Amino acid sequence: MEGHRGVIFNIQRFSLHDGPGIRTTVFLKGCPLRCPWCHNPESQSRLPELMYWESRCSGCGACVPACSRGALRLQDGRPVLSSGQCAACGDCVKSCPAGARGISGRTVTPHEVLAEVLGDTVFYDQSGGGVTFSGGEPLAQPEFLEETLRLCKDAGLSTVVDTCGFAHWDVLERIAPLVDLFLYDVKLMDDAAHMESVGVSNKIILDNLRRLASAGSKVTARLPVIPGVNDGMANIQKTGEYLSSVGVRRVTLLPYHDLGKEKYVRLGREYPLEDMASLPDESIERIYHTLRGFGLQVDVSGQS
Amino acid sequence: MPELSIERALIVTEVYKEYQGKVSVPVLRALTFKALMEKKAVYIGERELIVGERGERPKRTPTYPELCCHTLQDFQVINDREKTFFRVSPEARKAQAETVIPYWEERSMRHRLFSQMTPIWKDCYEAGIFTEFMEQRAPGHTVLDGKVYEKGFLDFKDDIQRAIRSLDFTGDPRAYEKREELKAMDICCDAIITYAERHACLARKMASECDDPVRRQELLKIAQVSSHVPAHPPRTFWEALQMYWYVHIGVITELNTWDSFNPGRLDQHLYPFYKRELEEGTLTREDAKELLECFWVKFNNQPAPPKVGITLAESGTYTDFANINTGGLRPDGSCGVNDVSYLVLEVIDEMRLLQPSSNIQLSAKSPDYFLRKACEIVRKGWGQPSIFNADVVVQEMLLAGKSVVDARSGGTSGCVETGAFGKESYILTGYLNLPKILEITLHNGVDPRTGKEIGKKTGPPSSWVSFEDLMRAYEEQLSHFIDVKIRGNNVIEKLYAENMPCPFLSTVVSDCIENGTDYNAGGARYHTRYIQGVGIASVTDSLSALKELVFERRLLTADSLVEVLGRNFEGAEALRQTAVSRCPKYGNDDDAADDIMRMVFDAFYRLVDGRKSSTGGTYHIDMLPTTCHVYFGSVTGATPDGRLAGEPFSEGISPVQGRDKFGPTAVLKSASKMDHVRTGGTLMNQKFSPKVLEGEEGLRALMNLVRGYFKLGGHHIQFNVVDAVTLRDAQEHPEKYRDLIVRVAGYSDYFCDLSRALQDEIIARTEHKSI
Repeated sequence: MEGHRGVIFNIQRFSLHDGPGIRTTVFLKGCPLRCPWCHNPESQSRLPELMYWESRCSGCGACVPACSRGALRLQDGRPVLSSGQCAACGDCVKSCPAGARGISGRTVTPHEVLAEVLGDTVFYDQSGGGVTFSGGEPLAQPEFLEETLRLCKDAGLSTVVDTCGFAHWDVLERIAPLVDLFLYDVKLMDDAAHMESVGVSNKIILDNLRRLASAGSKVTARLPVIPGVNDGMANIQKTGEYLSSVGVRRVTLLPYHDLGKEKYVRLGREYPLEDMASLPDESIERIYHTLRGFGLQVDVSGQS
Repeated sequence: MPELSIERALIVTEVYKEYQGKVSVPVLRALTFKALMEKKAVYIGERELIVGERGERPKRTPTYPELCCHTLQDFQVINDREKTFFRVSPEARKAQAETVIPYWEERSMRHRLFSQMTPIWKDCYEAGIFTEFMEQRAPGHTVLDGKVYEKGFLDFKDDIQRAIRSLDFTGDPRAYEKREELKAMDICCDAIITYAERHACLARKMASECDDPVRRQELLKIAQVSSHVPAHPPRTFWEALQMYWYVHIGVITELNTWDSFNPGRLDQHLYPFYKRELEEGTLTREDAKELLECFWVKFNNQPAPPKVGITLAESGTYTDFANINTGGLRPDGSCGVNDVSYLVLEVIDEMRLLQPSSNIQLSAKSPDYFLRKACEIVRKGWGQPSIFNADVVVQEMLLAGKSVVDARSGGTSGCVETGAFGKESYILTGYLNLPKILEITLHNGVDPRTGKEIGKKTGPPSSWVSFEDLMRAYEEQLSHFIDVKIRGNNVIEKLYAENMPCPFLSTVVSDCIENGTDYNAGGARYHTRYIQGVGIASVTDSLSALKELVFERRLLTADSLVEVLGRNFEGAEALRQTAVSRCPKYGNDDDAADDIMRMVFDAFYRLVDGRKSSTGGTYHIDMLPTTCHVYFGSVTGATPDGRLAGEPFSEGISPVQGRDKFGPTAVLKSASKMDHVRTGGTLMNQKFSPKVLEGEEGLRALMNLVRGYFKLGGHHIQFNVVDAVTLRDAQEHPEKYRDLIVRVAGYSDYFCDLSRALQDEIIARTEHKSI
C-alpha cells in the first residue's frame, strides 16, 4: 500500500517549541497564505525549490555544466542562477561536492515519514513529546496528512498540528480525532487588514477555530506578534475577546524575529521586511497582560 | 602558582641509598613511605579545617624519581612552558643534578621499562599507535569504598597481624613473599598514624601562638581530630573527611598513581555521620557544607605531577582526575540519593573548582529532582557535573563478574571508567589509535609518517575487491597492534609487581591484606586492565567514505584514494568535499554509518575482552580519549573522511566535529547502537548553545535528553553549554577568560590552559541549537 504521497521540506528532530516535550516536526510544503514575516519562505510553494548556501560554496563551478538547461553561469567565482530557467531538477545538487546546493521539497509516503519519526520514540516517551505537523500549511495536503496522522496514532505517538486554519471545515473535522493538540495561528482580527497582510480573508479561519474548539478539540492559539501589523491594542483586544468567546484557553505569543532572513537569500529572493523595526520587550509585556485580562493562559515562545 | 618540590625526591633517594639490597622490595617501599610520613614538611593553612598536603604547601608538587627521573632539560621545559608549568627553583635543579639524577637515571621505572620494550613496541609507540600509561606514572585507578569509615589503621594492623599469623610456611610456596608484603603494610599503617600526629602537634603549637580565639578553637579541634584519625575509625563528619584526606595524601605520596584516588560514593559514606550529628545537634547543615568546601579545596591544591614527553602531549593538564560520585544506588539496590548528595551539588556549584571533578550517578530509581538540581548546574556552562547511568554501570560490572553488592558500591572514576570501589585495581594501560590503524592498513603495514613497517602485510588496497576485504585487513592489523600492546603490558605489569609495590594503597584495597599480595601484583579482589579506543567516529566515517566512494559509487580506486590522502587532498578539494558532505556519517542515526561503527567496536571488543594479564588480571575495553584524540590526530595523515593531516580525531564516542546534522537526539541514537554494557566506560560530549537550555522548557529538555539516552543504554553524558563566539573571544583575549572552565573529555579544564589545537577542537564540536 503506497498511500497518498506528500511533499515535505524538512523533518526536524529535537524540536522544543512545537508542542509539549521533545518532538519531531514534519514540515509540509505549500501554503495558501503569503505572510511577509514568514520565516520559512521555502514552505510557501508546493513545488520543489533550489536552495544555495553561499558560505559552503567553494566556487569550483562543477554545477555549471551539470545544469542541462543552462540556468547557471559562474560570475566572480560564484554560480549565478537564472531562476526562470531552473526546473529544480536537482542535477546541480548531485554535482556539488561541497553540499552547497539543495532541493527543498521531497515527495514521501506516509510510511516513510513514520519510519523517520519513530527514530526518537524513546525521547517522546521520556518527555511527553511526539510528532508535530507544520509547514507550510499541513491542511493543504489533506489526504497525506490524514493518512500520516493515522499511522502515527496507530504507533502510539502524540500528534500536534500547527495550522493557519485556512481550509475547508470538513478537512479539520476529519483529522480532528487524530490530533491531540492544534497549534492554531490567529494573526489579525480585522478582515480587510488580514486580507491585505497575508492575502486571504480571515473569515474561514476564525470560523474554523470556533467550530474546532466547540467540537472539543484541544487548541492552543498562536499569535505571531509583528510590529506595526498586529501589535496594536485594538487588534489585541479583539483577539482576546474572540479567543475567550470561542472557548480557547491558551495562547502563545511568537515575537517576530528575522532568523528566516538567511533563507530568503538561499532561495535567491528579497526579504520582504528588510526595514522592519525590532519588537520592543514592553510591547510583548503589554500584549501579555492584555490577553491575560481575558482569562487566557499566555506563554511567550522561547521564555518561561 | 604551581611549583615543583624536590623534598620527596631527596627523602626517597636517601632511603633507597640506605636500604636497597638489605631488605625485601615491599619493605623497602614501606620504609620509603615511613620516611616520607616522618620527614616531609607538615603544613596547616590559614582558616583550613581539613589538613595535609602532598608538597610543603598547596600547589607544590613533588616528583617521583623512582618512576620518572627528570633531566635538567625536563626541569627547564616544565619551568618555561606557557601552559601547565611548574616553577623550578635553582636549589631544586641543583639537588636534581647532584643527588637525584646520579642515583635514579638508570634505576627509574621509566628507564627500566623502556629498556625492556621490543623494537616493534617502540616503533608502534613512537608512531602513535598506542600510548603507555605506566611509563612515568604508577598503575593507579582505584577509588576508596566505605572501609576507612568503619576501621582505623590500628584495626588494619590487627587484620595484618592476623593474616601474618595464618601464613602457612610449609604448604604455601608464596608464604615468604606474603609475609614481606604484610610487614610492609604494617609499617605503612604506623607511618600514616605518625603523619597525622605530626599535624596534631603542629596544630597545638599554632593554637598556643594564636591570638584569635575562634581560630584557636579550630586549631585545637584539628589537633583533636588528627589525634583520633586515622588511627581509629572516625566518629564525626569532620573526622570522616579528615580520615579520608590522610589516606588520600598517603596514596598520592606513596606513588604517583594515575587517575587520582578519590572517596568515591562520598555522599553515602558521610550520610550516617551527618544524620546522627544533625540529630544530636553537634553539626548543622551549614557546618557540614563548610567542611565539605574545605575538603574540596584540598583536591584543588594538588596539581597533577609534572609530565613529560608523549604523556604530556596527550594529557597536558593540572587536573588529576579525582571524580566524586554522587547519588547512584545503595548496596541493597535502593536509591542512594540523600541530603548529603544535595549538599555536594551545592558545594560544587558554589566552589566551581577544577578539582575534584564531580559526577552524578543517575539510576532509573533516582528522583527527577536530583537530576534537575544537577542539570541546573550543568546549564551554567562550566562542564560539571557529568552524568552517569548507574544502572548500566552496575550491569557492566556484573558482566565483568563482580558481585551485585560490589557492583552497586562501585561507580565511575577518572573520566568515565567503571570499577568496584575499594575492591578493584582497574588499570588504564593506554589509548589505542583506531584511525591510525586504518592508515597503516591502507599502506599495507607501513606507517607513512615514519616509513617504518610496523603492521602486518595485509595486502595493497588494489587487492581488495569488496569492502569486506578491507574490513578483514583492518581487523587483522587491529589484532596485530593489540597483541604488541598487550605483550608490552605484560612485561610492564610484572616490572611494577616486582619492583614497585604500594603497600600503603594495598592496605585499603580489599582483599590485599587477606591475600597477602600487593595491589600492583594482583592482590585486589578484582583486577581489570583496560585498553581505551580513541577515534571511533573518525574511523567509522573514514571506512564509510571508503565504502561509498571506492566500493559502491566507484568514483576512484582505493589506490588512488591513498595517493590523494598522501598529498593531503591537495588538488582534490572536490573529492574531499564529497567525502565530507556526501557519505554517510556516524552521529546521524543513519544505519549505513552506524553499522560500520558497530563492526569496528565489535572487532575491538572481541580482540581485547577477556584476555588475561601477567598478574592474573582480565582485559576489557573503554571508549575514552582524555585529550589523546588531539595527539593521535597530530601523528596521522589525511583520512578518507575528508579530515586533513594532523587534525584532531573525534572525541570519545561523539561524532566527528561538525558532522552530525540532525541534532542531539540523532547523535544519542547513533551512540546507543554501541553496546555500552560490554565496555568499562564510554564518553559522550554534547555542546549546546546556552539559549537552547534557557527556561523551564530548556531544563526539561536537558533532563529528558539524559533520561532518554540512559533508557537507550548510554553509559555517560556530559555537556558544554557555551557558544563558539565566547570561545573564540577567549582565544583572542585570554586575560578576560581566565576562569572559563570547559568540559574537555571526562574532565573539565581552564579553557585558556588548553593547547590551541584542543581549543580549536572544542570550538569545532557541533553546537546544538533548536529552532
